[in-house]
Amino acid sequence: MVERADFESYYGRPIVKAPAWEATDIAGYFFLGGLAGAGSVLAAALQAGGAHRTAAALKVTSVGSVGLATAALIHDLGVPSRFTHMLRVVKPTSPMSVGSWLLAVYGPVAGAAAASAVTGRAPRAGAVATGGAAVLGPAVATYTAVLASDTAVPAWHGAHRELPYLFAGSALAAASGAALLLGPSAETGVARATAVLGALGETAADHAARRRLGPVAATLREGRAGGLMRSARVLTATGAALALLSGRSRAAGVGAGVALLAGSVCTRFGVFAAGIASARDPVHTVGPQRARLAADGASAAPD
Amino acid sequence: MSSAAAGAHRPHGEPAAEVPDPASDSGYPDPPDRVGFFTDTSVCIGCKACEVACKEWNALPADGFSLSGMSYDNTEALGASTWRHVAFVERQVPAAPADGAVDPGGRPLLGLTPVVPGGEADAGAGTDAGAGPAGSEIRWLMSSDVCKHCTHAACLDVCPTGALFRTEFGTVVVQDDICNGCGYCVPACPYGVIEQRPDDGRAFKCTMCYDRLGAGMEPACAKACPTESIQFGPLDELRAGAARRLDALHEAGVSEARLYGHDPEDGVGGDGAFFLLLDEPEVYGLPPDPRVPTRDLPRMWRHAAAAGLALLGAVGASAATAARRKGSA
Ligand code: SF4
Repeated sequence: MVERADFESYYGRPIVKAPAWEATDIAGYFFLGGLAGAGSVLAAALQAGGAHRTAAALKVTSVGSVGLATAALIHDLGVPSRFTHMLRVVKPTSPMSVGSWLLAVYGPVAGAAAASAVTGRAPRAGAVATGGAAVLGPAVATYTAVLASDTAVPAWHGAHRELPYLFAGSALAAASGAALLLGPSAETGVARATAVLGALGETAADHAARRRLGPVAATLREGRAGGLMRSARVLTATGAALALLSGRSRAAGVGAGVALLAGSVCTRFGVFAAGIASARDPVHTVGPQRARLAADGASAAPD
Repeated sequence: MSSAAAGAHRPHGEPAAEVPDPASDSGYPDPPDRVGFFTDTSVCIGCKACEVACKEWNALPADGFSLSGMSYDNTEALGASTWRHVAFVERQVPAAPADGAVDPGGRPLLGLTPVVPGGEADAGAGTDAGAGPAGSEIRWLMSSDVCKHCTHAACLDVCPTGALFRTEFGTVVVQDDICNGCGYCVPACPYGVIEQRPDDGRAFKCTMCYDRLGAGMEPACAKACPTESIQFGPLDELRAGAARRLDALHEAGVSEARLYGHDPEDGVGGDGAFFLLLDEPEVYGLPPDPRVPTRDLPRMWRHAAAAGLALLGAVGASAATAARRKGSA
């Protein structure tokens, strides 16, 4: 890898441009989308297992989250009326176009599932909507990883293989946290298991991403992103441990839920901040590209 | 300069392979020739006529009068209201070797005549240089940067509204009445070209003077360039001319000359605006091996699908285990 000493740049200026997105809007959107999507999956599983109260709470959480997430996206556009342009075309090459259509379908379906659960009306349609939201949920939770990685931002694109798993794990941990926080303690069995699986998945993907990123992984360790990622690690581990050990203790369940949700927030804001930092420092653009050229050169050499 | 030339693994200066035809790929039945810019930085004098002409023709907002403090370059970078940017590099280099073409002032000579397609090459060496500490000299490099009008353009790929589109000339243009200010194109561009205007959020960049092209005129920057550092024309002709210019410079001993963005095999399928540089690309603020991020999009979707399935599996397995426990309890 290129060391900083041999690395050249134009007066240290960035080569790629960091997105002008507000962290609260877009990292917040990543978190809320994950909470909503994974929440829909968990809600369907809980409903099938008879944990109706937690399922209903998650359905309401999902529709609230996706509503807030959409509001965050629209807020980031500056001029809200422009949002309709998002649905002008269907573009498979644009994760944002794919995501907009996904939300346009998922939002109403999740809304119907929640409405039926809360009012007790149209249970058949409610069950169909619950199933539909559970099928779309994983896509809502993971497509945001593709949205971030389909850019020239070194920390995001460099981890494009690992980011979807990181986001899926973080989403599952968050949704499990919401279930532990909102559901009655008699219904926490499934969520306690998924909390641990989500935390494990997130941790494994985080490790893999750092290994893949090499020197660019410094952006996940340093500065604002570093603080957020360390907080995420502590919060998620604490939440998972509490979930594992809480049994039917309501207080421990609430503590686990809050820690898991906060951990997921920190993960998304941490990944977001690392991306911005990696775009701003040209060494993270030049370094991996130089390493790639050196590797290509070595493999193309005749002997 | 680092020892590994930018494209050591790729032959530079060979007659260009077939020019990709993005206009036809985008569905134009019988498009005109793909046009582009060849910016020969070896003859750039840093006058910034291109920057001014671009601002004037396109009625771009002013940037204010701030001084960058880093060099004579107070423009600093391409952006929403800066569609041509003249980079100005001042660095200390070892003195030119005695056998090089050197004028009595101790400066290496560089012929300023660009190669016109089919014309005679008249090349010499010639960065403008002054005296530095013993054994070294100060070298100036100037280069007018611009949107590359990529064959595989990330900005266009990721635009969710269709505001960015491919023109019949093979260039990439934003329709400002369609752009909704999502800003996705900004981090997608591997060259850091396109940018949102802070006051209204929409994204702007070089159009290669789409309006002028439609009227059969050349872009304002190329028209204004007094040294023909910025050459405009059909891309295949520009590539042939650039290859001749590169050969001439190499023959004249300017071994550091290299083309950038001319190779249809590169990570963006070749640029509609390519360059002749006298140092590594990153010295000018250009990425050494840019790639269009959407190239990896199928793989990203596969991983996202696998991650989504893993999520379903984790919840399913947890629910099944809980149900089994309940059943056996
Ligand atoms: S250089 Fe950037 S803005 Fe220009 S066409 Fe390529 S991706 Fe788009």
